Amino acid sequence: MKTLEDLKKVREKALEQMKIREGKFSARVVVAMGTCGIAAGAREVMSAILDELDKRGVTDISVTQSGCKGLCEQEPTVDVIKDDQVVTYGYVDSDKARQIVGQHLVNGSIVDEWVVTATN
Amino acid sequence: MAGEWNVRELSMHILDLAQNSIAAGASLIEIDVIADKKSDSLKISIRDNGAGMSAEYVAQVRYPFTTSRTTRRVGLGIPMFAEAARECDGDLTLDSSPGEGTCLEAVFKLSHIDRAPMGDISSTLIALIAANPDIDIVYRHQSNSSEFMLDTRELRVQLDGVALNENAVLKWIAEYVADGLSDKSLAIDN
Ligand SMILES: Nc1ncnc2c1ncn2[C@@H]1O[C@H](COP(=O)(O)OP(=O)(O)OP(=O)(O)O)[C@@H](O)[C@H]1O
Ligand SMILES: [Mg+2]
Repeated sequence: MKTLEDLKKVREKALEQMKIREGKFSARVVVAMGTCGIAAGAREVMSAILDELDKRGVTDISVTQSGCKGLCEQEPTVDVIKDDQVVTYGYVDSDKARQIVGQHLVNGSIVDEWVVTATN
Repeated sequence: MAGEWNVRELSMHILDLAQNSIAAGASLIEIDVIADKKSDSLKISIRDNGAGMSAEYVAQVRYPFTTSRTTRRVGLGIPMFAEAARECDGDLTLDSSPGEGTCLEAVFKLSHIDRAPMGDISSTLIALIAANPDIDIVYRHQSNSSEFMLDTRELRVQLDGVALNENAVLKWIAEYVADGLSDKSLAIDN
């Protein structure tokens, strides 16, 4: 059985991860969490992103959420904000989410096929 | 198109309704899930300390065209949850006052054949905490006189300045919740 006491150790581990990224995030991922997004599977997309980042040991990417952005038809949508560019992916599922983490966030190449909109 | 949306799990409704609390600027969201076999009822409530709503607004909120959103002309979260409760011989009540907060409560007949399963509570809590690490979440789950509780305020004390959304912390929370809810007497879905 886990107890709150375990958190002391977890805290140490988190502090190490924080030291490695030196307060800087290399990118941000935003999952849309309007009713439209959630009904389409945004929660599973969020879980997959968190799990994939954890598996790869990536600790310098921040994961946040937004509300409905009016792209209800294309939900679940995910924005990747990296090097001042915003790329919005649509019809994302757990599998695509994991690939977006690997290809775009880690390797830096946009997955063109699933892009809905992108700024330059 | 909107009519096709279908929220299949009660835990997904919870995630969605908590979004309203987040949008209302809440710093504390308290979620209660209370199953009672004797009275054959399942009560789900979401209480927040956000901006709240006026009485006139509350009276209209079940109507999908009542929304403060600007990207879409209909708001579906509350009407869909109310519908889910009504389909299960239950109902939804909404209490709110401006400046104080909101409490939304739905009651379902626990054994009703159309009652959606609770589903993945852990993923709902993790999604909320990961994306909103500065908001406190209290999740209270009761069934058959057993109880499980997660209170992020207690976690913060142990974490002493480390954010709730650090990978290592999220992973621990997920395991803690899965562990706590694995107690068979807490099960709500058969
Ligand atoms: N907890 C709350 N605090 C303050 N206002 C709320 C709260 N819950 C709902 N509201 C108000 O009621 C409206 C309707 O909520 P509802 O969840 O039904 O739709 P929505 O959030 O507008 O859109 P959707 O849920 O479809 O993304 C909201 O736009 C908001 O103005
Ligand atoms: Mg809503």
